Amino acid sequence: MRAIATLWAAVMLAFAPHALLAQDAPAAAPATEATTAAAPAADAGAAVATTASESADTGAYKPLGPDMIKGQPTDKGWQFQKQYSPTGKYALWMHNDVLFPLITIISIFVLVLLLYVMIRFRKGANPVPSKTSHNTLIEVIWTLVPVLILVGIAVPSISLVAQQYKSPPENALTVKVTGYQWYWGYTYPDNGGFEVISNMLSDEDALSRGEPRHLGVDHRMVVPVGVPIRLQTTGADVIHSFAVPALWFKLDAVPGRLNEKVLFIEEPGIYYGQCSELCGIKHGYMPIAVEAVPMDQFKAWVASQGGTTGDEAAAAPAAAPAAADAPATTEAAAPAAAEAAPAAEATT
Amino acid sequence: MATTAEGFDVHTEDHGHHDADHKPGFFARWFMSTNHKDIGTLYLIFSILAGIVGGVISGIMRAELAEPGIQILTSSIPLVGVGPGNMDAALHHWNVLITAHGLIMVFFMVMPAMIGGFGNWFVPIMIGAPDMAFPRMNNISFWLTVAGFTSLMFSMFVPGGPGGLGAATGWTVYAPLSTITGSPGPAVDFAIFALHLAGAASIMGAINFITTIFNMRAPGMTLHKMPLFVWSVLVTAFLLLLALPVLAAAITMLITDRNFGTTFFEPAGGGDPVLYQHLFWFFGHPEVYIMILPGFGIISQIVSTFSRKPVFGYLGMAYAMVAIGVVGFIVWAHHMYTTGLSVDTKMYFTAATMVIAVPTGVKIFSWIATMWGGSLEFKSPMVWALGFIFLFTIGGVTGVVLANGGVDDNLHDTYYVVAHFHYVLSLGAVTAMFAGFYYWFPKMSGRWHSELLAHVHFWIFFVGVNVIFFPMHFLGLDGMPRRIPDYPEAFAYWNGIASMGYAIMAVSVVIFFINIIYALVAGKKAEANYWGEGATTLEWTLSSPPPFHQFETLPVIEAQGHH
Ligand SMILES: [Cu+2]
Repeated sequence: MRAIATLWAAVMLAFAPHALLAQDAPAAAPATEATTAAAPAADAGAAVATTASESADTGAYKPLGPDMIKGQPTDKGWQFQKQYSPTGKYALWMHNDVLFPLITIISIFVLVLLLYVMIRFRKGANPVPSKTSHNTLIEVIWTLVPVLILVGIAVPSISLVAQQYKSPPENALTVKVTGYQWYWGYTYPDNGGFEVISNMLSDEDALSRGEPRHLGVDHRMVVPVGVPIRLQTTGADVIHSFAVPALWFKLDAVPGRLNEKVLFIEEPGIYYGQCSELCGIKHGYMPIAVEAVPMDQFKAWVASQGGTTGDEAAAAPAAAPAAADAPATTEAAAPAAAEAAPAAEATT
Repeated sequence: MATTAEGFDVHTEDHGHHDADHKPGFFARWFMSTNHKDIGTLYLIFSILAGIVGGVISGIMRAELAEPGIQILTSSIPLVGVGPGNMDAALHHWNVLITAHGLIMVFFMVMPAMIGGFGNWFVPIMIGAPDMAFPRMNNISFWLTVAGFTSLMFSMFVPGGPGGLGAATGWTVYAPLSTITGSPGPAVDFAIFALHLAGAASIMGAINFITTIFNMRAPGMTLHKMPLFVWSVLVTAFLLLLALPVLAAAITMLITDRNFGTTFFEPAGGGDPVLYQHLFWFFGHPEVYIMILPGFGIISQIVSTFSRKPVFGYLGMAYAMVAIGVVGFIVWAHHMYTTGLSVDTKMYFTAATMVIAVPTGVKIFSWIATMWGGSLEFKSPMVWALGFIFLFTIGGVTGVVLANGGVDDNLHDTYYVVAHFHYVLSLGAVTAMFAGFYYWFPKMSGRWHSELLAHVHFWIFFVGVNVIFFPMHFLGLDGMPRRIPDYPEAFAYWNGIASMGYAIMAVSVVIFFINIIYALVAGKKAEANYWGEGATTLEWTLSSPPPFHQFETLPVIEAQGHH
C-alpha cells in the first residue's frame, strides 16, 4: 500500500507543481502517531478498566475478550456484516435475497440490451435506420412492469420498517446513548443512572488488548443479551449517529431530541461501530463497542459500576447512595464501586 | 423528434453578412457580455476551472485514504496538508476538503456546465431564438456565480472550527455543526454567502430560461416539438426556481442563528436541528435532479443523432422528466431515515422514493428503443452516451436499494451512499457533460477535436471511475462511514484500489486537456452539420461556430405529421 502513496505523488504532479513535495508524505507519517495520543482520557480510563477486570476475577463480571468479537468489518469484505439481531436478519434477507438479485438482474438486462443493440444495429449491420418513433404497447409495458416490481419490493420493505419500529415492552431495560465531541456516553437510568464514558483506544492499547485499531474502546456499552433494550440517543453538542452494522442499528444522536429504537442482540459478543454523522474534527475517532453478555453478567457489571439492578433493593441501602453521587465521575468511582459490589451481593 | 432543419435554409443564408458578426472589443465582449453564446463559453471555462480545483481536492482525499493512518493531511504542502505536529488542524483540514469538494462540484462545476454552459449555448438556438430573454440578467448570473466561488475559496483562508481554517461542515452544512456551537469562526459565514450568491445566480438563470422557452420559440416550434434538451432545461429551471429559495431560507436562518442570536436550529432556544435538514433536503433532493436532468436531455440528442432515428417515445421522454421533477419534490426525507423520523413518515418516504424508479426506467428503455432499429455510428459523443446509460443504470439501481428505509438504516452515511451518488453524478452527470462537450465542441469553437483522443479519454475515464467508485459499494456494505480520514485496517484493501482508480481517471483528464489544446491550436475547421443527417436540431443549420447573432430572421418550423 506504501506503493500507492508514491504512485499518488506522481499523479499529483499532473495537477500541482508543488505536489512534488508530496513525496515527503511517507516521511511525515510517523508524526501521525500523535493522533493516537488524541484521547488522553482514554489511557487513564484504560488503567482503571484493568484494575476493574482484575478485581472481577474474584467474583462477578469478566469483560469479554477479543475471541468474542463478532461484529466488525472483514478484511477485503464486500458484503454486509453477519447479523446478530432479528431485524438485522430480516433486513439482510431483504437485501441479499430480494434487492441484490433484482438490481443485478436489471443491470445485466440493461447491459445485454445495450450490447445487443450496439452489435445488431451498428451502421455496418443496419445501414438504413427505421423511422419507428413510438409503440404504445411497449411503452405501457415498461411503465407497468417496473410498477409491479416496485410494489413487490414495497411489501416486505414496509413491513421491515414496521418491525424495526415496534415499541419496546414497558419493562425493557433503557440505555441512553449520548454523543459528545468526540466520545460516547452510556447512561443506565434503570440502574441508578450512572454514565459510562467511552473513548477510543490508542493504537498501542488496541494492539495489546487484541482489539482492532480504530474500533476498540476503553469502556464498552455493556448490555444484556437476548432481551429487548430501549435504546435512546441524544447529542450533547452537535449531531452524532450511533451505528453498529452487525446489529443493523443506526440512529442519530440529535441535540434537543431523544430518539428511541429497540435493540435486541441474540448472541453474547462484542459488536463494533463508528459514529456515522459528521461531528467535527474527530468524527472518525469515536468508535462504538457494544458488549452483549448474559443477564447475570450484566447485573454484575452494573454492580461493578456502582449501579443498581433492582435485586438489591432492600439489601444494599448503603451502596445505593454511594452509586447515586457517582454518575458524573464514573471512571473515578468505578474501583470504589467495584469494591462495594461484592459486599452488596454477599448480603443478597 | 419533430424539429428538423428543413424549411429554413433560405433564412440562414444571409447570416454572417451584414451586422451578424460584429463583435465588441475584448473587455466588453467577455466582461460585460450579453451574448448567450459568449456567456455559455464563460460558464464552460469557469466550470472546467472549478472542476480542476474540485478534482485536485478529491485527489488529496484519495491520497489520504490510500492507506490507514494520516499521511497527506500532515504534509507541509500548502492546502494539501497543514504540516506535521498539529493533528487537530490536520483533521479539521480533512473536513474542509470534503466540504469544498462537495460544494465546488455541485454548485460550481456541474450546474454551471450543464445549465450555464450548454443551456445558455443551445437552448436559444434549439428553439430558434436570437438570444436569451434577459441578456443582462444572464451576465449577472454568471458573475454572481464567479463571486460565489470566490467567497467559497476565501472561506478556506479564514478561521473555521476549533482546529483551523475553513468551513468544515460537509456540503450539507448541518446545524449545529455549522452554528457557533460547531464552527465558531467566520469561514462558515463565507461558505453560506457563497451559496447565497450561487443560489441567486441560479434563480435568475432559471427565470431567464423559463421566460426564454415560453416566449421566444420560433414560429411553429410548439412545446411538443422542442428538442428534449430544451425540455430538460425547462424542467430543471422550474426545479431551481422552486427549490433554491428554500435553501436560501435555510441558510439565512443559519446566518441569523450564527450572528444575530436567533435559535431556529438551537434546541436551547426552542429550535430544532432536524428542521434544518428538512429545509436543506427539500432543496437538496431536487438539486440532484437539477444536476442530472440536463444530462438526460444531452443524451437524448446524442442517441437520436448517432442512431439516425428520432427519439423513441418523445412525449413519454418529455413527461418522464416532468414526472421526475414533480416527484423529486416529495421524497426529500429519504436523506434523513436515521434522524428519528416516525414510522409512518419513513414508510411514506420509502414508497414515494421508489416511485421515481418508474419514470427513470422509462428514460433508460426509451434510449435503448431509440437505438433499436437505428443505424448506429460510434462517434465519441455516442460512446460517452452509451457509457452514461450503463453507469447511470448502476447508480439508479443502488438508489432503489437505498430507497428502502429499513435497509438504509445500515447503509446511511456509509460509502455505499458515496458510491451511489457518484455513480449518478460523477459517472452519470459528468459523463453526460463530456458527451455533450464532444458533441458540441466543434459547433462552439468551429474546430475539430481529435476523435481518437476523445475515444481514448472515454476508455481510460470509464475504467478509472469504475475502479474508484465500484469498490466503495463494498466498503459501504462492510460498514465504512463517510467523511473519515482514517479507518480500521479491514477497509484498507478496497480503499487502496479506489485510490489507484483515481490515478487512472486523472490520466484521462490530462488527455481531455490535451485534446482541447490540440483542437484550438491545430484542429480542422468544422462544417455546419458535421455529424450528418442524424443531427436535426436547429444548431446544425448554423455555421460552426454560429454567427455572433443568429436568427435575426426567425426560422419557421414546418408542421410535420409526425406524432
Ligand atoms: Cu460523532
